Amino acid sequence: MRFDFSDKVLTVFLSGEIDHHNAGNIRQRTDSEIIKCSPTLLVLDFTDVTFMDSSGVGLVIGRYKLAKEIGCNTAVTGVSARDKKILMMSGLQNKIEFR
Amino acid sequence: MKAKLNDFKINIMARSVNEGFLRTVVAAFSALADPTIEEINDIKTAVSEAVTNSIVHGYREKQGRIYIDAVLFSDNTVKIKIRDKGCGIEDVKKAMEPLYTTAGDERSGLGFSVMESFTDKLSVRSTPGKGTVVTLTKKITGKCE
Repeated sequence: MRFDFSDKVLTVFLSGEIDHHNAGNIRQRTDSEIIKCSPTLLVLDFTDVTFMDSSGVGLVIGRYKLAKEIGCNTAVTGVSARDKKILMMSGLQNKIEFR
Repeated sequence: MKAKLNDFKINIMARSVNEGFLRTVVAAFSALADPTIEEINDIKTAVSEAVTNSIVHGYREKQGRIYIDAVLFSDNTVKIKIRDKGCGIEDVKKAMEPLYTTAGDERSGLGFSVMESFTDKLSVRSTPGKGTVVTLTKKITGKCE
């Protein structure tokens, strides 16, 4: 995974498999980047994600909550149809933008 | 009557590092029935949810093993049993409600909903203090939609 921060937008390029085992590391790295950059928009880019289970939902919800605390909106992009189906089961589409 | 064509059993330490291995090995077994990529991914996702439940919930207070028993039948259905000897679930009906979780903010409470959504049949048997058996059944059509 890698990060890009420009014009107050923090983009997190997620990659590989997002499961319970990997989510902890992604969470920690993303959270410290959010705190360091203090963005106004957080974009989670799923383009290079090869597998995701419901751990991905917890990951997105957790980052959405942290971002909200600092007045930052959250969006997701590059989500496959399958991963979108899982993310939408939680009603996330009412809280964050799907691009 | 449907006949058993193939089966495999595996048991492994209930460690989160094994989540990827287990979903991949069950997917590889299911691949013998010539599924679509979509069907393989459905199986991977459902197995990942069940295995994660065992690790996060079943074995939250002790170490243990996960037992998987998969069977492929002549009608091209795959039946996958994922069993643990963990703490069990007090109220299975409640646990299966979407968004219900006892594991805190980072868990979505969607595990059983995802299993239901990506398989044809889900059954959960649990005895508090003894463990949980999740059975996933999926018909492999091999046809692209």
